[in-house]
Amino acid sequence: MSENKEMVSTKIFSVPEGELFHLESGIKLRGLEVAYETYGELNEEGTNTILVCHALSMDAHAAGYHAGSKKPGWWHELIGPGKAIDTDRYFVVCSNILGGCMGTSGPKSVDPETGKPYGLSFPVISIGDMVNAQKRLLKFLGVERLLAVTGGSMGGMQALEWTVKYPDMVASCIPIATTYKHSAQQIAFDEVGRQAIMADPDWHGGNYYGKTLPASGLAVARMVGHITYMSYKSMDKKFGRMLTKDKLGYGFTTEFEVEGYLRYRGDNFVKRFDANSYLYITKAMDHFDLQGGGDLFKIFRGVKSRFLVITFSSDWLYPPEQLKELVKALKMNGIDVTYCEVNSDYGHDAFLLEFEVQSKLISGFLAKTYSKLNR
Amino acid sequence: MSKLEERIKHLRLDHKVICDMVTPGAKVLDMGSGEGDLLAYLVEQKDVDGTGVEINEEAIYKCVEKGLSVFHGDIDSGLSDYPDKFFDFVIFNQAMQQVHKPLPAIKEALRIGKKLIIGFPNFCNINARLQLCFLGRVPVTPSLPYTWYDTPNLHFLSIRDFQDFCRKQNIKIEKSVFLGESGVVKMFPNLFALNGIFQVSNE
Repeated sequence: MSENKEMVSTKIFSVPEGELFHLESGIKLRGLEVAYETYGELNEEGTNTILVCHALSMDAHAAGYHAGSKKPGWWHELIGPGKAIDTDRYFVVCSNILGGCMGTSGPKSVDPETGKPYGLSFPVISIGDMVNAQKRLLKFLGVERLLAVTGGSMGGMQALEWTVKYPDMVASCIPIATTYKHSAQQIAFDEVGRQAIMADPDWHGGNYYGKTLPASGLAVARMVGHITYMSYKSMDKKFGRMLTKDKLGYGFTTEFEVEGYLRYRGDNFVKRFDANSYLYITKAMDHFDLQGGGDLFKIFRGVKSRFLVITFSSDWLYPPEQLKELVKALKMNGIDVTYCEVNSDYGHDAFLLEFEVQSKLISGFLAKTYSKLNR
Repeated sequence: MSKLEERIKHLRLDHKVICDMVTPGAKVLDMGSGEGDLLAYLVEQKDVDGTGVEINEEAIYKCVEKGLSVFHGDIDSGLSDYPDKFFDFVIFNQAMQQVHKPLPAIKEALRIGKKLIIGFPNFCNINARLQLCFLGRVPVTPSLPYTWYDTPNLHFLSIRDFQDFCRKQNIKIEKSVFLGESGVVKMFPNLFALNGIFQVSNE
């Protein structure tokens, strides 16, 4: 029974014929498509929707199981009947981001003008554009208000953007292991990834569809990414100096477990992810800056959401200090905010691993928000 | 009854006294909010708009479970983020003696709060004095249940010490309640009270 209940599938929403999607750059996109999944039911009052936003490499499949697959969605431990994001109570929506490659319009999609994949002719998109695509989907689903918007890493950026862009729509926000603006270090790592892709001779200026994929470039980008997602401790604990063979040799084959792991991660990623999407998405993250050179305090002046801000002690990619600045700006505005720095050795990846702690925090926070909204 | 249980029972009395001081619907900041028992009590009894500050991660989970808003951090750094007179009440209940620098903390609390409620154990309770005087040992009492090597308390003060402090710093004592083991102490509080609770403001 419960297994049936958790069977899900990704659906595609296509805007009506002729509708143009306005990007922040001023460019209008034709034929927007958004891949999404929903869990639970929208209540009559329309007060129980939770939008879950995904990080760089994920997709709309946040929870449950796809037919024939034993691997659940990426936040399955948090979303489901009786879980922290309780689908018996809440209506949960997760969609693939704009610019992605998991069903939503992106560089891999076919340009209706030319009948060929966009490649680099796909317009540069922003976190704000991703949010607007989600908003368009929600309109289609009949959702006018969000009980909560949440996400880790880049998902958290979208969540924060929601509260600033559409303050009247968002009752609460749970940004996790994220930032309000990309720092020099974060931009630097993204640039290494992009350069690895663009240096791959198979990249061909982004026109590789139907040909050999720039697999080695994308794999290197992913390897760099994975290093930033872990911590000194978690890497040391997981791999140490363990070898993949009996003893060290005198060549450049894979010898250490950590090398093997990174290569495996890189090679696996290439099978499911589009290199051009990696370029567009990392660029959108690097452009992300809610502060915009102004006063962070003023940016949150009109924000009406309550906040639960979660960071992880060993996350050096999105360090707690950054989000503490955000918390301070929220407090100065008199916004109801709860902040917790979870003690974890998992580094940035903790938002995909520390489920017990996140469950405790999220369930209590959501219950309170829900009772406030429905009293 | 264990020392801890006695302490909890005693602190409940603290909570009642503090609750009487807080006005209904007030904006409250509870410094060192622990698992949020006092704050939850104030929300329930006085419908306050409350926030806590707490350093212990497990205690944060408990607060959030209770539907409370709480900031994970230490008291010394938790005050400066707020604008002037943002709160109607800032509460330091059984927490001020654990602050690294009480003077700046109290000044900050009086900047961001219209009123400050401070509850602390009276180090010069008769029981403590006798232990010091006759046993020659650092006192362990129901309100100061820790031994020297495991105490979280950094500062030890008496009710008189606090009154002197307020006079010197031009802080106005608006209300004060003194608690013994089973109730309010009216006579010679510096001798008989285990806890002092003060409501103070800037003069």
